[in-house]
Amino acid sequence: MQDKLKIADQEFSTRLLIGTGKYACDEFIPDILASSGAEIITVALRRVDFEATVDNVMYHIPEGVQLLPNTSGARNAQEAVRIARLARAMGCGNWIKIEVISDNKYLLPDGYETVKATETLAGEGFVVLPYISPDLMVARKLVEAGAAAVMPLGAPIGSNRGLKTRELLKIIIEEIPLPVIVDAGLGRPSQACEAMEMGAGACLVNTGIASAAHPVAMARAFAQAVAAGRQAFLAGPGASQGTARASSPLTGFLYEEQSV
Amino acid sequence: MRVTVNGQEQELAEGTPLSSYLEFRGLDPSVIVVEYNFQILPEQDWEGIILKENDNLEILRFVGGG
Repeated sequence: MQDKLKIADQEFSTRLLIGTGKYACDEFIPDILASSGAEIITVALRRVDFEATVDNVMYHIPEGVQLLPNTSGARNAQEAVRIARLARAMGCGNWIKIEVISDNKYLLPDGYETVKATETLAGEGFVVLPYISPDLMVARKLVEAGAAAVMPLGAPIGSNRGLKTRELLKIIIEEIPLPVIVDAGLGRPSQACEAMEMGAGACLVNTGIASAAHPVAMARAFAQAVAAGRQAFLAGPGASQGTARASSPLTGFLYEEQSV
Repeated sequence: MRVTVNGQEQELAEGTPLSSYLEFRGLDPSVIVVEYNFQILPEQDWEGIILKENDNLEILRFVGGG
C-alpha cells in the first residue's frame, strides 16, 4: 500500500522528522538519521563562532535529505522573515519552519506573528511549516496564509512530557486540511505512536531522541512507534466500551446445561 | 577602520576586500551565508566588495537545532 506523506509537492515514505540540536557532537547525526529513517531534518541558523572549530553541521547531513531550517531566535514576524531569507540563501532549498517565540520560560509560539511571517514567506515561494500552539483559529489562518503544513506542540519544547494538548490536537487534525506534524514535547515513542493513531500526519522529535541514554536506539524506537501508530490509524481502531465485551463465544460452554 | 562583524566592532585595514576577510577567518564559502549592510550577499558578489568604515557584516551558518 502506498502511504506517502505529502508536503507541498514532495512525497515522503517515513513520518518521523528529527531535529539535530542537543547532540554533544554533530558527528552523531548520520547514525541518528539512519536509525530514525527520517527524510526531513531541522537545523537552526546562527552567527559563525570564530572561536569554535571549523566543523559544520552540514558536513554531517547526507545529500537527498530534505533540510528544514527553523527561525529559532526570531521574536517577531520581521525577524523570522529575515532568518528565513538568510536560510534560503544558504542554497539548501526553500523550506522553512517558522518559530516565533518571545516567551522564554515555556517557549510558546506567538500565533499572530507566526501568521504574519507565513503570509510573507509563502508569498515569496517558501514552503512554510509553522510551529504553533494547537489553536484552531491560528491554524485556519495559516491555511489561508499558504502554509504547507502546521506543527502544533504536544508539550513545551524539550520537556519530554508528551501529548499534554491531546484534545486540542484532535481538533486540529480533524479540521485542518494540511498535514499536521506534532512537534515539541514528545519524549517517548508511545507518545508519538498515540499522536499518529489520532491521525497526525507526522511527528517531529529532537529532545526525546537526543536526551536518551542511547540516542541511536531511541531514534529507531521512535521510527517504529510512528510507523505503528500510522498503521493503526489507517486500520481504523475499534470503538472503546465502558463494560466488558467477551472475546470468546458465549455459547457451547463445557458445563452448559443441555436443554431437553 | 571600524567594521561590525556579527555584532562586534573590529579594526580592519583600509581597503580590505570582503573575500580576503572571509578567507582570513578560515570560512568555507559552501556552508556560510553573508549579509552585508542588511542585504543578503550571494557568493558570486563577494569578490567585488571592498569593506569600508562602519560596514555591518553578519556571517551565519547552520547549526544543530529542533
